[in-house]
Amino acid sequence: MARIDVRKTYKLYIGGAFPRSESGHSYEVTDSKGKFVANAALASRKDVRDAVVAARKAFGPWSARTAYNRGQILYRIAEVMEDRRPQFEEAVKQSEGGSAAAARNQVDAAVDRLVWYAGWADKLAQVIGNANPVAGPFFNHTAPEPTGVVGVLAPQSSSLLGLVSVVAPVIVTGNVAVVVSSYERPLPAVTFSEVLATSDVPGGVVNVLTGDAGTLGPWLAAHMDVNAIDLCGVAGATDLATSLEVAAADNLKRVRRAPDAEPDWAAEPGLAPMTAFVEQKTVWHPIGI
Amino acid sequence: MAFEYAPAPESRSIVDIKPSYGLFIDGEFVDGRGASFKTVNPATEETLAEVAEASDADVDLAVRAARRAFRGWSRMSGKERAKYLFRIARIIQERGRELAVLESIDNGKPIKESRDVDVPIVAAHFFYYAGWADKLEHAGLGPNPQPIGVAGQVIPWNFPLMMLAWKVAPALACGNTVVLKPAETTPLTALLFAEICQQADLPPGVVNIVTGAGGTGQAVVSHPDVDKVAFTGSTEVGKAIARAVAGTDKKVTLELGGKAANIVFDDAPIDQAVDGIVSGIFFNQGHVCCAGSRLLVQESVAEEVLARLKRRMGTLRLGDPLDKNTDIGAINSREQLDRIRELSDIGEAEGAERWAVACDLPSSGFWFPPTVFTGVTQAHRIAREEVFGPVLSVLTFRTPAEAVEKANNTPYGLSAGVWTEKGSRILHMASQLRAGVVWANTFNKFDPASPFGGYKESGYGREGGRQGLAAYLKGAEA
Amino acid sequence: MPTTAPTDPAPGLAAYSEVTASEASLRRFLHGLPGVDQVGAEARAAGLGTRSIKTTAKAWALDLAIRMVDLTTLEGQDTPGKVRALASKALRPDPADPTCPSVAAVCVYGDLVGEVKAIVGDQVNVAAVATAFPSGRASMDVKLADTRDAVAAGADEIDMVIDRGAFLAGRYLQVFEEIVATREACVRPDGSHAHLKVIFETGELQTYDNVRRASWLAMLAGTDFIKTSTGKVQPAATLPVTLVMLEAVRDFREATGVQIGVKPAGGIRTAKDAIKYLVMVNEIAGDDWLDPDWFRFGASTLLNDLLMQRTKMTTGRYSGPDYFTLD
Repeated sequence: MARIDVRKTYKLYIGGAFPRSESGHSYEVTDSKGKFVANAALASRKDVRDAVVAARKAFGPWSARTAYNRGQILYRIAEVMEDRRPQFEEAVKQSEGGSAAAARNQVDAAVDRLVWYAGWADKLAQVIGNANPVAGPFFNHTAPEPTGVVGVLAPQSSSLLGLVSVVAPVIVTGNVAVVVSSYERPLPAVTFSEVLATSDVPGGVVNVLTGDAGTLGPWLAAHMDVNAIDLCGVAGATDLATSLEVAAADNLKRVRRAPDAEPDWAAEPGLAPMTAFVEQKTVWHPIGI
Repeated sequence: MAFEYAPAPESRSIVDIKPSYGLFIDGEFVDGRGASFKTVNPATEETLAEVAEASDADVDLAVRAARRAFRGWSRMSGKERAKYLFRIARIIQERGRELAVLESIDNGKPIKESRDVDVPIVAAHFFYYAGWADKLEHAGLGPNPQPIGVAGQVIPWNFPLMMLAWKVAPALACGNTVVLKPAETTPLTALLFAEICQQADLPPGVVNIVTGAGGTGQAVVSHPDVDKVAFTGSTEVGKAIARAVAGTDKKVTLELGGKAANIVFDDAPIDQAVDGIVSGIFFNQGHVCCAGSRLLVQESVAEEVLARLKRRMGTLRLGDPLDKNTDIGAINSREQLDRIRELSDIGEAEGAERWAVACDLPSSGFWFPPTVFTGVTQAHRIAREEVFGPVLSVLTFRTPAEAVEKANNTPYGLSAGVWTEKGSRILHMASQLRAGVVWANTFNKFDPASPFGGYKESGYGREGGRQGLAAYLKGAEA
Repeated sequence: MPTTAPTDPAPGLAAYSEVTASEASLRRFLHGLPGVDQVGAEARAAGLGTRSIKTTAKAWALDLAIRMVDLTTLEGQDTPGKVRALASKALRPDPADPTCPSVAAVCVYGDLVGEVKAIVGDQVNVAAVATAFPSGRASMDVKLADTRDAVAAGADEIDMVIDRGAFLAGRYLQVFEEIVATREACVRPDGSHAHLKVIFETGELQTYDNVRRASWLAMLAGTDFIKTSTGKVQPAATLPVTLVMLEAVRDFREATGVQIGVKPAGGIRTAKDAIKYLVMVNEIAGDDWLDPDWFRFGASTLLNDLLMQRTKMTTGRYSGPDYFTLD
């Protein structure tokens, strides 16, 4: 007789802990063929609220880390992911379908992307900041700083590479993230949370909510303690994206607009995913004796 | 016997204000199809001119002209575009006196400031961005930088010409064309700038100027063929613009309000700090989005700093904006004066202690004496809301951590000031303050090479410097 | 014999006796003064320099400036004849215009005090430089003898130099004591004393922080005036240096009740410059200092430019150097 498997109900990842949804709700996650895989917590507006609180608490210390240290930690995430490649491959294959090789490629690319962003930690300021030769006896320089708490609606299709490609650029510069995972494909995000929890990332720096971007997005977009939002997860949903952008205007969030369709995640990202969520600070000081 | 400075008025004969002005569209001054409005000298309430109020149809014409001009202007080599901008910069310098006098008449700001600050910065801004026009591929903003298209730009009344320069110079350098709406109460220097564009033989349609009030501004930013929106003004309107462009491809930069903390530590260079407090809040009658309107002074020196501040304020000369010795000019409009009065009265009603320089206010025009509120807490409205006038709120702190906490305890994040002789503390404070510009041991300094813009509800995007180009290039992020 | 010891502190000064009690306490005090930001101080000075002083205000300022001039010659080639001519000019700067006021003082080397005194009598003060002017490099005995000689010859005012070497080496108490001793050497047999001006040679002190410290040090030591420069070192007087010194005398009076004068010297050559200084006096220290008793210009060529501008104000046409004496 075949063994009865232990069916899992995955939880949320908030402030470095794995709580159930405040609402108590969960939903069934199926594989690409519609077969039951697991239950995932269905995050509610109150989970958004808790995640934002956790993120805000983590922001000060995380942004105060040295860039070198943040780079080390991102690299550590890549190392731990590398260790758990089979699990990620399985999760991606289950979620997205396709061949094992295709899933492997996705995982490889996701790990490589983390490594790429890890290297940016202590270079971005050198590339996009500068000394300004003002017409007077003043030292004047401009350098990027993280914008704060960033709401990230992760892509719906690319469950791992897409997820990593929107989270890594947010946190590498010192921001903290409240991520809403793909609704139908949340398991790679859940596994990613487990990696984050075991790879030196301070609790609250990345918070992962499994659930519906259409439900959670409005709460994130309207939240007055969220500084920016990436709308990638509602790509193609024009009306929803517009309403989220309107809500985001209430505290002038920096908005990374939703594309018409998910981009080719394999392409080199460029700087825009990072620069969308930094502030440029200019400091003046007199030069004298 | 006291040293009484005799009146030293700058001659206004250098400017020739016409009785009425039309719109500047496609290189020509044309009559508007809408109504018109009056612009007044805020120092005398004298009507200066009738100015056309651009209707939606007028704005549409201007956008069409800009779209037509975009084809040629964006394809012109950067080297050639640069020369137009250099030309404009040079003409601004040559006509500097005229621009300064006209700015002071229409805005109410002291001639000393329009002459020594506004106009030189305007010329410098055009010079700076002229030089970028043929070097964009070296700006680190992507390998093949391309202009966005037609920029709709709406600017405020506090630095009419300077804000025009901050908008127009980078837009043109990057190959965009513009439709600019100056503020309702200060349209005259923008219209003189239009003449300068003609004088420089700038191709028609590259710069279009549509005068009007809020409705005209709304028409500009919401026009479907405007690709880029740049706005400087209130946070409230900024939010409305952010909502209006939601769901479009319009790229937006917003430079909005502020409630800057100017933090004075007990080891500050105290006389310069006092000067910095004064220039921080009384420069341009406090009509400055980055004004240091909240003085945070360490308790141990609060009394001394206040005594010195009041003594220093006693030397400020309020009056005729065209007098070369005037430090404090007129409030720009009755509406603004009413708002300053209202918030000041609220400050008093909420229990803060009001002190103002005893000075005679002219009998006509809009005036408000330099004013300090002490005993202010973070809970007072005058400590939270932007007064946009010569009104300083004084709060105290005990430790650097408390100073940071209070300074950042605002939805705004445009600027901040720090005064201390201790280098490491300056760098610490500069890193902790959530503001786009931090002035350490100085305040209210501006330079075309220096990026300017806010955190949080003070807006997004940067103006000035290399970063200022990003707002006008496709796909580029500063 | 002096009836009162000249170093008896004014009541407001008494509180500072601890400060000057030891090298350590004096250093602590001077280094505890607020710093001066160079860029900010220079910007403020430049800002005041843009004041536009016209018509009646200008006429008033020109006359005041003339009355504040310490007409100076401090050359190795000075002779009795030269200084007598200068003294005559001090009395009647514009022989063609009897309404033109006299200057405040004639400033010469100590050995020529008598020559000047013979011409000006009590109508114009005679100031003598002393204490091994301009370098200050001599033994204390020599410096004091230099001072006593000048006072004995009838000098109304003594312009001493500080030992910049000692100051820059941090030997503040030594500088303090030299000023105190020189102040005592200024006392005349009848108990009155020649007014003491202490020259810092700000061009050698280099920083405004040092200028502020030197100012307080000299004021605590009992000087009557603080003075920027000898005129032998560049830069000499500048607007920002004078700004810092005006702030010092303003703050000192507020702290002690004692008013001290300020004398920028060297490099002030035009009426336009002089008026900028007066604007600064007015707006930094206040109008109590707008008086020859409290503010002086150490200058030589300045006077003729003041006279030319004055003539322009009264006649309405520009004048030329041929119409003013070259002494």
